[in-house]
Amino acid sequence: MPVTPRRRALRAVGLLVSALILVAVALTSIAVGAKQLSLGEVWHGLFASTGTYADVVVDDRISRTVLGLLAGAALGLAGAVLQALTRNPLADPGLLGINAGASAAVVTAITFFGVTSLSGYVWFAFAGAAGVGALVWFLGGSRGATPVRLALAGTAISAALYGYLQAVMILDNAALNKMRFWTVGSLTSATDSTIRQVLPFLVAGMVLALCLARPLNAMEMGDDTARALGARLNRTRVLSMLAATVLCGAATAACGPIVFVGLMVPHVVRSFTGPDLRWILPYAAVLSPVLLLGADVIGRVVARPSELQVGIVTAILGGPVFIFLVRRRRTAQL
Amino acid sequence: MSTAPKQAPRAGTDAPARRRRASRALRTPGGLSVRLDVRALTVVVVLLAAALGAGVLLIGTGEFPISTGDVVRTLLGDGNPGQELVVIDMRLPRVLVALLVGASLGLGGALFQALSRNPLGSPDILGLSQGATAGALVVIVLVSGDARQVTLGALAGGLATGLAIYLLAWKRGVHGYRLVLVGIGMSAIMTAVNGYLLTKADMVDAARAVVWMTGSLSGRDWAQVWPLLALCAVLVPLVLGNGRALRMMEMGDDVSYALGVRVERVRLLLMLAAVLLTAAATAAAGPVSFVALTAPQLARRLTRSPGPNLLPSLCMGATLLVTADWTSQRVFGADQLPVGVVTGVLGGVYLLWLLVTERRAGRI
Amino acid sequence: MSAGGGLGGEATHGPNNRRSTVNRLSADNVTLAYDQRVIAEQLSVEIPDHSFTVIVGPNACGKSTLLRALSRMLKPAEGRVLLDGKAIQSMPPKKVARTLGLLPQSSIAPDGITVADLVGRGRYPHQGILRQWSAEDERVVRESMEQTGVAELADRYVDELSGGQRQRVWIAMALAQQTPLLLLDEPTTYLDIQHQIDVLDLCAELHEEQGRTLVAVLHDLNHAARYATHLIALRDGRVVAEGAPGDVVTAELVEEVFGLRCQVIDDPETGTPLVVPAARKARVKAAVTGAP
Repeated sequence: MPVTPRRRALRAVGLLVSALILVAVALTSIAVGAKQLSLGEVWHGLFASTGTYADVVVDDRISRTVLGLLAGAALGLAGAVLQALTRNPLADPGLLGINAGASAAVVTAITFFGVTSLSGYVWFAFAGAAGVGALVWFLGGSRGATPVRLALAGTAISAALYGYLQAVMILDNAALNKMRFWTVGSLTSATDSTIRQVLPFLVAGMVLALCLARPLNAMEMGDDTARALGARLNRTRVLSMLAATVLCGAATAACGPIVFVGLMVPHVVRSFTGPDLRWILPYAAVLSPVLLLGADVIGRVVARPSELQVGIVTAILGGPVFIFLVRRRRTAQL
Repeated sequence: MSTAPKQAPRAGTDAPARRRRASRALRTPGGLSVRLDVRALTVVVVLLAAALGAGVLLIGTGEFPISTGDVVRTLLGDGNPGQELVVIDMRLPRVLVALLVGASLGLGGALFQALSRNPLGSPDILGLSQGATAGALVVIVLVSGDARQVTLGALAGGLATGLAIYLLAWKRGVHGYRLVLVGIGMSAIMTAVNGYLLTKADMVDAARAVVWMTGSLSGRDWAQVWPLLALCAVLVPLVLGNGRALRMMEMGDDVSYALGVRVERVRLLLMLAAVLLTAAATAAAGPVSFVALTAPQLARRLTRSPGPNLLPSLCMGATLLVTADWTSQRVFGADQLPVGVVTGVLGGVYLLWLLVTERRAGRI
Repeated sequence: MSAGGGLGGEATHGPNNRRSTVNRLSADNVTLAYDQRVIAEQLSVEIPDHSFTVIVGPNACGKSTLLRALSRMLKPAEGRVLLDGKAIQSMPPKKVARTLGLLPQSSIAPDGITVADLVGRGRYPHQGILRQWSAEDERVVRESMEQTGVAELADRYVDELSGGQRQRVWIAMALAQQTPLLLLDEPTTYLDIQHQIDVLDLCAELHEEQGRTLVAVLHDLNHAARYATHLIALRDGRVVAEGAPGDVVTAELVEEVFGLRCQVIDDPETGTPLVVPAARKARVKAAVTGAP
């Protein structure tokens, strides 16, 4: 499908429209929540904040929205990069055990290092995610990785780590109490300082991912073809894995494990942009926060006056979508 | 009966000679014959002995230690009433549950690995344990039920999930890959549901839930033994009877078809059996990790036989679980740590070892 | 639409008798499809008994699909495949497996299996729970391995063998089934020329010396012309010609089926038709000037 100027213009317009949708969803996220506020109160909180209760709520929501934007973009980009890297349209950072690694590391921090605040164990989460990412990559066969091998390796390692997690939770009640809320994935546990902590990593990861668009494009066609075209395979592989792990690790460190965002958005985006990563990545970066914030808003509204964490909503929405996608593909391609 | 041993160290043409595993065929004059793999049979006997031995040791362990001799005497009906109470009423059911659960998981795991043609295939992957956990959590958190109700809930959850996965993966037949991937999706959904239920629980229920979720044998009594025994008595012969067909299916669907195997029917039957065995085992002891994954692989390494190794996996699973429970009791003290922790550690070590060997074999 | 072209050589039925009961294997007005994608419609094919039938045609003409339907692996959307006069789909699978053997394109050799074990698995259709390994089984396995020349490799692991050796092991397994009919799906793909000829010579032996009926899908037209006694040429799911190679393989047919300009000469070794593609310059010139 040759990329005509017309098509390019259409895609650019689409991107703009997506950005506008994102703004709309972000505003919704600020305006809507478990506590019902009037639009006037929201306006007040946004632009003329004086410290009233409503203003505090709005302030919280702003932080939450910002986190949702950043984490969503990070997860979407990580997913797109992983899908291109493994040539597997069903790759998701969560399925590769990264979440389990982060969780295991966090519980270790809480129990064995006495770290009590998110800003403390955010580094652990990061390290855990990175470590497991690398491990799954190796166990899944690195160069010879097929979709199923990677998924199986990820699930096997996750099982081991969750076993460890459960053991610690049984022995340490305080850890249990903290972890059972952290592991469902939520946008509320992070404070502004946490966001500031992970921000540099998120930004660095996003920049790296966007720069990898062209090399990854070359890799899509298979190793041999890519080499023939002059691509530097190993370097691209390592950098891509690094980008995906940094992005996913940072997002998980701040929010806890969230699945399926990294899977669904790039997959859907691919269906209307085609396989060119120079379009997939920006679209994924814009539309993933739409999904994440949308899920968050749903979670706030559906269970009033309490909330349903965003990690639960994305799983319950994403699972059926994933299964639907699996069914659509012919077996030979899995 | 005549035996016809088939072994011959051949002077090789170019490669070094290979000594074949001795396999014999026992034949009757009436035309009946049975093929026996001597090594596999030996492994089975040894593992059974090990499982029973570990079981006896386990009975003797606990807050009131009883010597092995006394245990055996009591089992044979010759002990004093105090020991009888401890051995027969309290500890024997636990050991029987351990043996049966281990056996079911070992067999279920072997079936999954053979059907999905992948050594990492295991019922844990398919989300069955998460489904059973969801059933159990619903009972613990929402209904605050007792142990029996938790078991029922877990069974219902596991079966419903298994059915859902099979139906969702069905598209004019079920192929291994699609089944695994649908299972992974289902697993993620169930994990979220479980996470939600855990956040909604109070601390007591949450603690109880986490213990169950790790896989534990404490407090298992005769109520868990009989259903499991009945199920195994029905399913194990059925599965073993289809062992030969499964062996053919290892070579790919095309070849199996060509040899006259009813591929879809056998696959459906064996999948159903695997799901039932896993669901029943999980309902009885909670999701004990890694037995289903490691037992078949370890059995295979012992028998060095390329087939699905159903009976050896069954025995290995039983041995593994009983040994793990005994280890947990001795190292951490009676009932301090659920057996699932020990199997989890075992699984972790196994994975690392797998990583090393796969790298060395150049497959990574 | 059924056969065009003549039915040469051992014609066994008259012009109106499409459903001959003389031939054991045939496809009767079958429609073959995968997932709504129709490969062949209302195709009727007879496999003459004791022939070495080869199915040829360009890529995606339906030759492998036809073979899969004949071997019971693909259920026709319409019509039926007949084996000994009965619809093959309704026969018990083991019974079919004792009559019809198949060498598929994709087979997996389990890790760590020896040659003798793998060949032994071909005896499955003759075995049961209580008849697991009779003296007859052993004899047949030994004979099959000797016939395919893999007897010295009996104790070796299959995954250590070369491609040619491995293919012969799979053929030995199919032989161990002891079926009067044998279907082979592209048995020579991925083999080098020496092994290709080896395999085909073996097939010719099975056909001539043991009187088996062979049906093979080959992608090399010259091999097909050399070894087949009956050729079926397919294009787009239709039979374009069938009959003895001498009658069927002509320059016109090759151009019609494969779109290749060529000339057909006699093979100096066997006298069968040999296709020699036209030189590039000649083809280009013909395309430009439109000359026939």
